[in-house]
Amino acid sequence: MKHYRSMISPYVLWAFGFIIIPFIMIMVYAFTDGGLSLTDAGFSLDSFAEMTDSLYFTVFTRSFSTGILTTLLCLFIGYPMAFFITKFDERVQGTLILITTIPMWINLLLRTYAWIGILSDNGLLNSFLKMLGIGPVSIMYTGIAVNIGLVCNFLPFMILPIHTSLSKMDPSLLEAAYDLGANKVQAFTRVIFKYSIPGVLNGVIITFLMAISAFVIPKMLGGGQFTLLGNLIENQFISVGNWNFGAAVSLILAIVILAAISFLKRIDPDGTV
Amino acid sequence: MKNKLIELKNITKSFDQQEVLHNIQLYIRPNEFLTLLGPSGCGKTTILRIIGGFEEADSGEVIFDGKDIAKLPPYKREVNTVFQKYALFPFMNVFDNVAFGLNIKKVSKAETKKRVLEMLKLVGLEGFEKRKIDQLSGGQQQRVAIARALVNEPKVLLLDEPLSALDAKLRKEMQMELKKIQKKVGITFIFVTHDQEEALSMSDTVVVMNHGNIQQIGTPIDIYNEPKNRFVAEFIGESNIIPAIMKKDMLVAFDGVDFECVDSGFAPNEEVEVVLRPEDLVLTPPQFGKITATVTDITFKGVHYEIILKGEHRDYKAQTTEYHEIGTELGISVIPSNIHVMHKMKEV
Repeated sequence: MKHYRSMISPYVLWAFGFIIIPFIMIMVYAFTDGGLSLTDAGFSLDSFAEMTDSLYFTVFTRSFSTGILTTLLCLFIGYPMAFFITKFDERVQGTLILITTIPMWINLLLRTYAWIGILSDNGLLNSFLKMLGIGPVSIMYTGIAVNIGLVCNFLPFMILPIHTSLSKMDPSLLEAAYDLGANKVQAFTRVIFKYSIPGVLNGVIITFLMAISAFVIPKMLGGGQFTLLGNLIENQFISVGNWNFGAAVSLILAIVILAAISFLKRIDPDGTV
Repeated sequence: MKNKLIELKNITKSFDQQEVLHNIQLYIRPNEFLTLLGPSGCGKTTILRIIGGFEEADSGEVIFDGKDIAKLPPYKREVNTVFQKYALFPFMNVFDNVAFGLNIKKVSKAETKKRVLEMLKLVGLEGFEKRKIDQLSGGQQQRVAIARALVNEPKVLLLDEPLSALDAKLRKEMQMELKKIQKKVGITFIFVTHDQEEALSMSDTVVVMNHGNIQQIGTPIDIYNEPKNRFVAEFIGESNIIPAIMKKDMLVAFDGVDFECVDSGFAPNEEVEVVLRPEDLVLTPPQFGKITATVTDITFKGVHYEIILKGEHRDYKAQTTEYHEIGTELGISVIPSNIHVMHKMKEV
């Protein structure tokens, strides 16, 4: 084992150069007030104080509520899909899983443009509604459009771990539940669902993290009307140029993500899902 | 006492056009330890699953306590199952596993606790309540599975090859233990196994099966001493099976010699088969035997030697506690009550 240890040194260097140093930079910028310059900067908590501004606070709450809503929708759509897929025999299951992940192979921008085509005022959805005689609906550039985009984008990340969990279950566990007097509903709630909890938690945490840090989808489908944390950070660095504030927000987001991942490690230490 | 707790009438079952059970007729008495014995694929597990409600027979009736339960789902049946790989719930501890059935039936907390602890005591797992399933050995998991089934006080316990995953020594222990538990709780056990020794040592009744047909039903002693056909004789224990002619009642001829026997009721000169158990062959000096043969192989088996003898007509397998040099000529004789005559098995 020792023998191979030296082989990872290029990776250590790479990680140091491209992950550790940038992260330290984020911390430095977050706790200073010198703008881009680091030479005449002093320690300051101004950036964190600025976050309490109601404008930014709204972005935080909107991000978290969007994340929660997206996660719940993914769970309620994804769980039945994952469950349904396990009912088929193994070869068909492989195909069905492939189908659910196909969107992931298409570029995110293309997928999001496709949604614009569907949801825009003259888009597919409204043409279809017109045929039915229902009046045009304006969904584009609202929270609804962003949520639809997020749910569709992250659904595979919910389906995959739940399916993995469920497909590992020995069918005799279900028979044992019936044998011990459980009806179909009880067998589901007391055995199947409980068995799949590690997969559910995995899916929930991954989906939630990706949803609160998303920025391409809210930017394109929300059109600047629906700012989330990712957009806020992007704006601070690229348009506003307030690196200190951008770094502070990034730091908060990073802490949330790390906390969630360490929680995930605790509930599923072997990474079995 | 009613004589039939469960009765299977004309049960037939096919999977993918392959018939696995052919017109099964079987009844099971209250409080008996009944074993379904046969090679893998003989349909024994399917019978168990039909009684448990996990498979539905294509035709026929399953009578339980006088009622046809063929259409009843498993959770409405008064039977519980010990599954082959135990099927314990991995996300629950021992106590919760055993309490599962009682919780479903909404038995009170205090009552549940009392019954679960009692049951764990019965299977020898006192103090294991809080253990996780993956912290238990195979034998302990086995006991949890038995406790989880028995705590529901079923009228019948179904056991699907429950000992097959245990090592030889533990299996012997669990055989004794199961028999003891069955006596103690006083309910019917239906046990599936392919291990003939297991079947003989535990059961009140053994049902020998092959290719979806019942070959013989009887007590272990009957099955061993009076096998009905060649399959049963070969499957249960070791045997020499020899084609013979039943000259008349109590007289059978094989390998050119007439033997007195105790069987009767065959047609004169009917072609039959004779079963000679290796331990029943009496080995003598050549001049005293009815058949003479030469020792070609001898294997030490612990308590006895197993000897292969080559005679004029065939090889004979014998067991003896005396050592005989290879090449020794010996005489073989058999006392009349140890000769078992069977009808010739129709070729399937």
